[in-house]
Amino acid sequence: MSALLDVRNLRVTFGGTAAVRGASLTVEKGETHCLVGESGCGKSVTALALMGLLARGGKREADALSFAGQDIRNLGERDMSRLRGDRMAMIVQEPMTSLNPADTVGSQLTEVLRRHRGASRAQAVDRAAELLGRVGITAPGLRLGQYPHQLSGGLRQRVMIAMALMCDPELLIADEPTTALDVTVQAQILRLLAELQAEFGLGILLITHDLGVVARIADRVSVMYAGEVVESAPTAELFAAPQHPYTRGLLTCVPVPGKVKRGEPLGSIPGVVPRIPPGFVGCSFRDRCAYAHAACKHDIPRQHAGPDHEALCTLPPGWTDRAAA
Amino acid sequence: MLKFLLRRLIVAILVALTVLTLSFALTRLSGDLAISIAGPNATQQDVEIIRQAYGLNRPLTTQYFDWLVRAVQGDFGESYFFRDRVANLIGSRLPITMTLGLVGLLIALVVALPLGIIAAVRENSWVDRTVMMVALIGQAMPSFWLGLILMVWLGLNLDLLPISGTGGPEYYVMPGIVLSFSAIPSLMRLTRSGMIEALSSDYIRTARAKGLSRLSILVKHAFRNAAIPVVAIAAVQLGFMLGGSIVIESVFAMHGVGYLAWESIGKNDFPVVQAVVLVLALIYIALTLLADLLNAVLDPRLRTA
Repeated sequence: MSALLDVRNLRVTFGGTAAVRGASLTVEKGETHCLVGESGCGKSVTALALMGLLARGGKREADALSFAGQDIRNLGERDMSRLRGDRMAMIVQEPMTSLNPADTVGSQLTEVLRRHRGASRAQAVDRAAELLGRVGITAPGLRLGQYPHQLSGGLRQRVMIAMALMCDPELLIADEPTTALDVTVQAQILRLLAELQAEFGLGILLITHDLGVVARIADRVSVMYAGEVVESAPTAELFAAPQHPYTRGLLTCVPVPGKVKRGEPLGSIPGVVPRIPPGFVGCSFRDRCAYAHAACKHDIPRQHAGPDHEALCTLPPGWTDRAAA
Repeated sequence: MLKFLLRRLIVAILVALTVLTLSFALTRLSGDLAISIAGPNATQQDVEIIRQAYGLNRPLTTQYFDWLVRAVQGDFGESYFFRDRVANLIGSRLPITMTLGLVGLLIALVVALPLGIIAAVRENSWVDRTVMMVALIGQAMPSFWLGLILMVWLGLNLDLLPISGTGGPEYYVMPGIVLSFSAIPSLMRLTRSGMIEALSSDYIRTARAKGLSRLSILVKHAFRNAAIPVVAIAAVQLGFMLGGSIVIESVFAMHGVGYLAWESIGKNDFPVVQAVVLVLALIYIALTLLADLLNAVLDPRLRTA
């Protein structure tokens, strides 16, 4: 059976600037796939591109882009709008500005169900109240009649989450859905998503830079750097045996109980994400990489470090610090 | 919300008082009223009698407060020319002007809103450029000239509409069109810029992410937000249009307040001119207050604050 979401070599450009230069990933039914990376690496643009929601001037290309077996590369706006919000839903990153200030929370929630399922007002209100309860909002009835400005950032974020779940989507693309939330609420949301996965086989593409969240809920992780997916592996394997120097650097930046010794400084990656000029060839990480060598200036092979583990690097699979140095 | 309204109300009353004072001061500044009322052939004695009769020999402050108290009660004295109470004159003319203003505003909204929305949706396309060009031309065109053109074309050549006077509703169409031209450009630009801003906002992206229909995204989400300032400006525009109707009422010989003002200015009929200016100014103030109110009603952030 084909994957729920299958993306091969996704490219997004704005004018002459490449925001995404090659993102390949798959999300299976019931799977959580985490996309991690620094700010500005193209995670959010990837998410928007998959939903067909790029801002004006954004151009999307891909070798393959299919949802539930259907090629959605050339799907028109009308057909895409039937999928969006119904079978594939999205939670965007900016909870403060992503709700319509002139409309009640209830109206914005119910319209999704009414549009896609032709639900009656009463049915939609029931469903909205139920979901608000499930994302941990007390007094849902009161909240439905309120306007976004009367809600805190955390509440708005949870309204956004409830909104995405209104139609029981098959695929949920969530861009930093829990960043605005307390850890307790965050745990509650993650638990809810896990429940929905178990119940309906929801596939999740979760964009985050919180490796703690990744370790807890991801089945698979893709690491993105400067518009490219540089490494992709099952979660346990990625944490145990990261291949790409960037992934290794990323992992040393986070304290792991039992692994990091007290008093020892955490790692960091020197430099910042570079601007990639058009026509750039080779590894985009080479200027920050301690192991860079001549071959990094040419096309980089996609190497298999395991049956389900790929990395975009010239170093041999299973390399160690000593061997590379 | 209540505090907001109360503050606006107080400001409106203060502005109204200022207008009343200015309108009193203006007539006193334009020379000795007794002399201008008496006319060029009057003797010194006549002038003195008139001064006595109209109470113009009393101290200025007494005159001012006396006038103010009466003006507030709607008593603007008697017209020198029409031999009628000024209040009656204005009362009989005001409905014509108000109707004309409302017709003009209605036409302006019906034209400006859809064009503004289309221009925003097709931003920077030839449609957008054409619409903006038409707006520019509309703004640059003198209303009396447009009025005459329409009279010749719709009135005489095509014989569709009456060219002057006030009878049935058809008499208001042509002047309404002319009047609307003064409001269309600004309403359209505001609609366009509001829509462009709304359409690029995060909540529109959310609406698209929800898979809503194009119509629902445009109307329920984008226009609902873009309309807030437009409605307020429309109310203020109506005020402008009522003032601007002086020219149009003259061109189309409609006996409204504007026409009355035009006649009275020519005949040095001070009480009437003063009262017309005052009434139009007060209507303008009331409309501005209404605009604030509408803003508060439409914008939940103001309403519930």
